[in-house]
Amino acid sequence: MTALAERVRWAPRLAAGPAAGTWIALGLVVLLAAAIVTARGGDYLTQANLLNMLSRTTVLGIVAVGQTIAILAGSLDLSVAYLIGLTSLIAAEIMAGDPAMIGPAVLAVLAASALVGLVNGLVITKLQVNAFIATLGVGLVIKGILESRYEGPAGSVPVLFQRLGYDRIGPIPVSVLLMLAVAGAAALFLHRTRPGHHVYAVGGNVEVARLSGVPTTRTTVLAHVICSLCAGVAGLYLASRLGAGAPYVGTDGGYDLESIAAVVLGGTVLAGGRGGVSGTVAGVLLLAVLDNLFDQLVLDAFFKDVVRGAVIILAVAVYARRQLRARAQRAVRVPR
Amino acid sequence: MRALRDRVGAAAPVFGVLLLLLVAIAVVNPSFLEPASLLAYLKRAAPLAILAVGQYFVIVSGEFDLSVGSLVTVQVVVAARLIDGDESATLPVIVLLVGLGLLVGLANGLITTRLHVPSFVTTLGMLLVLSGAVFLWTGGAPRGSLSQAFRVPGRQGIDIPGFGQVPWSALILIAVAAGAAVLMRSAWGHTLVATGDNDRAAVLAGVPVARVRTTAFVLSALAATVAAILLGGFAGVSAQVGEGLEFSAITAVVLGGVVLGGGRGSVLAALAGALVLEALFTLLNLLGVSGALESTVQGVIIIAAVAYAARRAGRRRRPPVPEPTPQPA
Amino acid sequence: MKRSTALATAAAGAVLLLAAACTSDVPPGGAAPTGAPGTSAPPAADQFFDQAEHDRQLALRDQTAQGPADQPWVQMLEPEMVDTAQYATQGPHNVCFSNASVDNPWRQVGWTTMQAEVDLHRDEIANFTALDAGASDDKQISDIQQLVGGDCDALIVSPNTTATLTPAVEAACGRLPVIVFDRGVDTDCPVTFIHPVGGYAFGATAAEFLAGEVGQGGKVLALRVLPGVDVLENRWAAAERIFAARGVDVVGVEFTENDTATAKSIVSDYLQREGQINGIWMDDGTAAVAALEAFEDAGQPRPAISGEDQQQFLEKWKAENLTAQAPTYPTFQWRTAVIAALQILRGEQVPREWILPQPVITSANLDQYLQPGLPPLHYALCGCREMPDFPARWGA
Repeated sequence: MTALAERVRWAPRLAAGPAAGTWIALGLVVLLAAAIVTARGGDYLTQANLLNMLSRTTVLGIVAVGQTIAILAGSLDLSVAYLIGLTSLIAAEIMAGDPAMIGPAVLAVLAASALVGLVNGLVITKLQVNAFIATLGVGLVIKGILESRYEGPAGSVPVLFQRLGYDRIGPIPVSVLLMLAVAGAAALFLHRTRPGHHVYAVGGNVEVARLSGVPTTRTTVLAHVICSLCAGVAGLYLASRLGAGAPYVGTDGGYDLESIAAVVLGGTVLAGGRGGVSGTVAGVLLLAVLDNLFDQLVLDAFFKDVVRGAVIILAVAVYARRQLRARAQRAVRVPR
Repeated sequence: MRALRDRVGAAAPVFGVLLLLLVAIAVVNPSFLEPASLLAYLKRAAPLAILAVGQYFVIVSGEFDLSVGSLVTVQVVVAARLIDGDESATLPVIVLLVGLGLLVGLANGLITTRLHVPSFVTTLGMLLVLSGAVFLWTGGAPRGSLSQAFRVPGRQGIDIPGFGQVPWSALILIAVAAGAAVLMRSAWGHTLVATGDNDRAAVLAGVPVARVRTTAFVLSALAATVAAILLGGFAGVSAQVGEGLEFSAITAVVLGGVVLGGGRGSVLAALAGALVLEALFTLLNLLGVSGALESTVQGVIIIAAVAYAARRAGRRRRPPVPEPTPQPA
Repeated sequence: MKRSTALATAAAGAVLLLAAACTSDVPPGGAAPTGAPGTSAPPAADQFFDQAEHDRQLALRDQTAQGPADQPWVQMLEPEMVDTAQYATQGPHNVCFSNASVDNPWRQVGWTTMQAEVDLHRDEIANFTALDAGASDDKQISDIQQLVGGDCDALIVSPNTTATLTPAVEAACGRLPVIVFDRGVDTDCPVTFIHPVGGYAFGATAAEFLAGEVGQGGKVLALRVLPGVDVLENRWAAAERIFAARGVDVVGVEFTENDTATAKSIVSDYLQREGQINGIWMDDGTAAVAALEAFEDAGQPRPAISGEDQQQFLEKWKAENLTAQAPTYPTFQWRTAVIAALQILRGEQVPREWILPQPVITSANLDQYLQPGLPPLHYALCGCREMPDFPARWGA
């Protein structure tokens, strides 16, 4: 029990390490981007440009926040991209252009995504299937449903609901607030609730957690339900943005692997137990700033992939190095 | 002795499933049992099966290789641009492809083991770098064309009088399978499995874990190179030849009862997993499930297969005689 | 308990945010997606069939296009000209382009051609800003918003999806002249919509050719790319009707996802099952060569085939003297988009709907279109042969 208490107390502070690094990196990249764009005679820090960057982070941000929780629990979720497509369709088809149906549609989306998360979690915990295969399999099941039922965009979203995707409060898009709200809620969950602490414990070492009395099965399932709920919210947002549901909107965006990339870029350890939402938000922003810079420089689309791949590897290598050094220092300190 | 029993025990179901599927296909389409049809099936399955063998080395050592699909695309596109229809360039270019594969595998291995980047991230990054770089180089779409000689292994075979044509890819597959089986029986094979089972214990036992894992990544990249030569040979230049192959290969390995996380499973079972996957597609196609619900069926089956393997493993893990679990240092 | 709390929090958050909104960028009238509200699956058989449009396209095939015959990219069919004086501004201009993606060779050739066209007008175009959405609808909506917010004088859009890009294009229309090409949008607010005759004409031309070649009772295998892409669905919808009317035996309709290995395997399977196939109909010619190789490898005579204007197919056609035809979806429309943008900025009239001719490659005119030395996935109808740096710029 003391081991757990220790871990719980440590979790937020450990999370601050790599996250701070990502935020600093983000700041440097923004400065660099501003310098490059200004040097080329452009105007970087305009409101329009900043807004654009922010609103572009919404979907990936929401999905990645959910993915963070799954990864912190020592799992991961490859089904999110298909789930986003499915939920955008559920939303648009139930709404069918009728503002009165917004409530039921939102509830149906949340219920459907919670169900998918539940299935993911139960397959992993009860059937003992590796998370990679479990969520890949569930993703394929959803893909089959999408392919057999839909042949393109369907449904329609009333104008009232489209405002979620297009409105601004003052200068800030509602969608950005939505992302921040999701991130804030996730951070509160992780750092202020007992199940949140359990997520860190299970991800850190599932056996130790079990022996310390953590309900490991329930924690993993809950992490997956939250991850899927985030994907559902992303689907809702995309439906509002597109005015319809689209079966391939999630896979075209590559939100499965990209959300995992954003999470590790944010310093969360892929093996689980260490990291946090703040780093993920920084990771998502970093990707958005890079994207925006590539757009401003009118770089080849293929070049973006090369840089992205290199940045992801490099960032994680730096974190790993720092962690090794920290561990070495601790090892030195212990004998004294 | 127990290790051997374990290995055969874990492998058995996938061979049973394969047999079952082949029988089912033969029931739906009796002509499938003719040698020509069976060989055609092997020819089609060969690239994925070879990729599965490569992926097996990486997975059994406790890692992932997500970069093989894009590596296949890279190799085919590079081959087409460099050969550009020139028959005499075939062999030098193949040598170059092998070198390129070696380099990619080495990079994956060294980044993972020396820089301590999880292989999922390393190979995901490599996937992005490779697919971006190759089209950056060719200006977005494949250029040039493959020579006839380059296409021989993937497309043609040797005629055996009185039997018909045996495709080169089937022979290459058999050679790869035999080579892999021998390798896994060697001392290196044992250290590979030991590394995946518990790398700390392996380090303590004097295994050069980093080198063993790096070799596994190199073997996976080389397998991808062979698969690329077969796929490019089979169907010619295409910009999306390797698309999704990484997930198919991992699925095949897992279907073969190999445990993600490492340390358990046999290479021939992984290969059989690829054959099962291909047989499954063939059967679904014959039954007319094509397209619509194919993915759903595939998803349910891989979950079921892994759940089944996990249950067996779980039962074996609780034997009457307590098995000593290696303590982490 | 906790799950429901999280659920309730998320729901409440969404509702709250919605209620609190105060400025809106929702385009006037909101989105107008395709089909009736709540168009639900499984789709009706005729979801992709519009009889009037079908008949119009089939008739358009026989019309003579206006404009110079040697420059099909500025030709137009049945144009209804609109006045653009209101958009005339002093040059040089900033022309902006929101591209869906460059993720296939057709788009790649088009994109290269478009950049070459821009280079021809460097005196009139000061800046050409292009954003690539990487096939993501959401990114393209943001791209359009960003471009509209910048200092563009005209906006060219090649939409990723018809229905979902409509709201963003509508919002852009209010701010600057918009030119849409390739796939359309569900609104007529763009100044002009550039496209070749269309999918029905493509599919029908290929099907009529094959029906003539294989005759009644002849066996045809249809190879398609993906379900659900409207242009491709139209091609098949038209072909299906012709095959039915002419008594052609369609032995199968399969999706290849443009993967050549898949295509070859499918054709091999069908050859084994059917024994013989007389014709191959394709909604997109990318896998044509692979399909033909399946016949060669099985030792079967090559079938009659309808492909596309892709280089490797044309080369094989010429080398093997195939019974073939290639209806086209010309990449030269990427040139037209730039030309239209400049005409609008000069205040010249443009057609409301700029329908480009859709030439058909036959054995008779194959030599006219086949230019040796280009990459295997080049598209012959790029209209780029006279442009500077041809063929090097196109990868030769």
